[in-house]
Amino acid sequence: MVNFSSWGNYPIVEHSSIQSYIWRHDIPSFADSGSYLPYGLGRSYGDSCLNDSNILIHTVQLNKFISFDATTGILHCESGVSLEHILHEFAPRGWFLPVTPGTKYITVGGAVANDVHGKNHHRRGTFGAHVKALTLLRSDGKQYYCTPTENKELFSATIGGMGLTGLITDIAFQLLPIESTYIDNHSTKFSCVDDFFELCEDSEDEFEYTVAWIDCLATGKNLGRGHYYRGNHSKKKRRNISKKPIGIIPFFAPEFVLNPLSIRAFNTAYYNKQFGTTIKNTVHYEPFFYPLDIVHQWNKLYGRRGFLQYQCVVPLADGSDAIKEMLARVAASGTGSFLAVLKKFGNISSPGLMSFPIEGYTLTLDFAMRGDSTLQLLQTLDDVVKKTGGRLYPAKDARMSAEIFRNGYPQWQEFSQYIDPKFSSTFWRRVTKETL
Amino acid sequence: MNIVIIGATSAIAHGVAKKYCSQKNSVFYLVGRSQDKLNAIADDLRVRGAQQVYTDACLFTDVKQYQTLFSRILASMKTLDIVLIAHGSLTHQERAEQDALYTFDELHTNFTSVVGLGVVAAEQCKKQRSGTIAIIGSVAGERGRQSNYLYGAAKAGVTAFCSGLRNRLMPFNVHVLTILPGFVDTPMTAEIPKNFLFAKADDVGAAIVNAIEKKKNVLYTPFFWLYIMTIVKIIPEFIYKRLKT
Repeated sequence: MVNFSSWGNYPIVEHSSIQSYIWRHDIPSFADSGSYLPYGLGRSYGDSCLNDSNILIHTVQLNKFISFDATTGILHCESGVSLEHILHEFAPRGWFLPVTPGTKYITVGGAVANDVHGKNHHRRGTFGAHVKALTLLRSDGKQYYCTPTENKELFSATIGGMGLTGLITDIAFQLLPIESTYIDNHSTKFSCVDDFFELCEDSEDEFEYTVAWIDCLATGKNLGRGHYYRGNHSKKKRRNISKKPIGIIPFFAPEFVLNPLSIRAFNTAYYNKQFGTTIKNTVHYEPFFYPLDIVHQWNKLYGRRGFLQYQCVVPLADGSDAIKEMLARVAASGTGSFLAVLKKFGNISSPGLMSFPIEGYTLTLDFAMRGDSTLQLLQTLDDVVKKTGGRLYPAKDARMSAEIFRNGYPQWQEFSQYIDPKFSSTFWRRVTKETL
Repeated sequence: MNIVIIGATSAIAHGVAKKYCSQKNSVFYLVGRSQDKLNAIADDLRVRGAQQVYTDACLFTDVKQYQTLFSRILASMKTLDIVLIAHGSLTHQERAEQDALYTFDELHTNFTSVVGLGVVAAEQCKKQRSGTIAIIGSVAGERGRQSNYLYGAAKAGVTAFCSGLRNRLMPFNVHVLTILPGFVDTPMTAEIPKNFLFAKADDVGAAIVNAIEKKKNVLYTPFFWLYIMTIVKIIPEFIYKRLKT
């Protein structure tokens, strides 16, 4: 059931061993030769959750709640608890995740280690901004209790620290009170990317959640057309767990399934799914936040060679031009992305030293891995990101150059002094050319 | 509802307990060997809404402890609604073939201690003329395979014990559930490579809760193991002995 690859199924690497960490009181010895890396549910796309030829510590058995304060909404739990389990337990009681990414199948430890963001970044910042305390187990066998004031350097390095600063055993963080498990949703069709920028300006004060889907094959005056989704937690008191049936992609699909024609057909059909400009409805949080979670292993649709996700952020200043340029390059390539998502990040800063979001626009694209042509296209996007002083998201990456990484994260050397001497990852070795 | 769980730190037992937390007034008595682990489970159940959780760390497989353990339990809860006997150890077959003492210990953990605890639980349920005794066996006990027949033999004993106990307690309104899980992704199977036959402990837990509610006699979980084992059991022995199982 568990194979230890990343979500993109690229790259495929071998590990020397997989060790399960089951009880947080039974501290592992870290005595084996080689380096360690925590691995939760494996939803990082590239190689930041892999540690080729070395050891993974599987954390999903660290899955217990420790305490919950119903007056403050602070939940303390082990790091292998998944967002799915938190929602299942707490959404019916009127508490929601303060920040959620596009899948609920990640662990809380992974949410902190990648300092994940969601559709409410402009309101609430990253997940790390809601962490009150965490316990970090380092290879010296000591547990470090880290908060914004105690062991604060380790706290800051661990949020967005990609699992490299040690193993997070438990986390206390703030949940968000809700009246309803439903979202009042506005879905607005827009005909070009300039309309998107306008919609952002008009929506952010009024809406907790905003995000856009882009038809990335549209060109010319239609460049960057798409749908803009805005939502708020409904005020009408109605709380339940959605029990929609789920599907599964049981095997890797053959590569012809996703070809330029089928992607174009999907994008065009999806763009035209609604006639009116704006549709208002109330939907359960499941389809609003986790539309892809209803198909298990959807990543296998991309075939055996896997896929690459590309997520960058470009600063606000030249952001709109950079986004247009990137969309034009993708459209011109004809390769197309099955899924393209555009969102404006706000200016709430994260406590995380290596946190990805900065104020600006973030564009996310999926590309089936088809060898050099795919890698070359992504490099042409890198050029745009580099020019604007933007950066790429390590949790999504399997191929960025060391140069792009270091330009995007000039604080990487400061960060590296907090890395546990026995911890490493395929990603980290790749972007720092570290030798073990 | 008063729920006693022996071997409460097992992942399947935890899966069962989590399910009962959402019911009103669930009171747990958790028995295990390690206080730290019991505390971790107890905290989790409290967060999930358990009304009260007692923990009791002891060497519960020690034959001298069965009676005193149940008197401690009865001092905390007057009646037993559910007794789940969930402890077990995955016997290392090759080691067992070389090491008789190890084999004996394993048979005790997986079989005789289960019987001992089951007998004491049965006495109490018989006295109160109510309750469910749920015992975790295994599909491995349905037919011996060369790769794990010592574990299988112990679990086959559990199945036979449950069947007799059910028969005996029928007139006393006591329900006995035999639980036969297939492969479950738990710490016990951490070292086995996983395939599509592996079930999640929480799903198995939910199936057990459902079987207790419906007063089922024997539960194969996931359900498809009933079909697999039906086929495995009808293979004639002269063929079966030649199979690489």
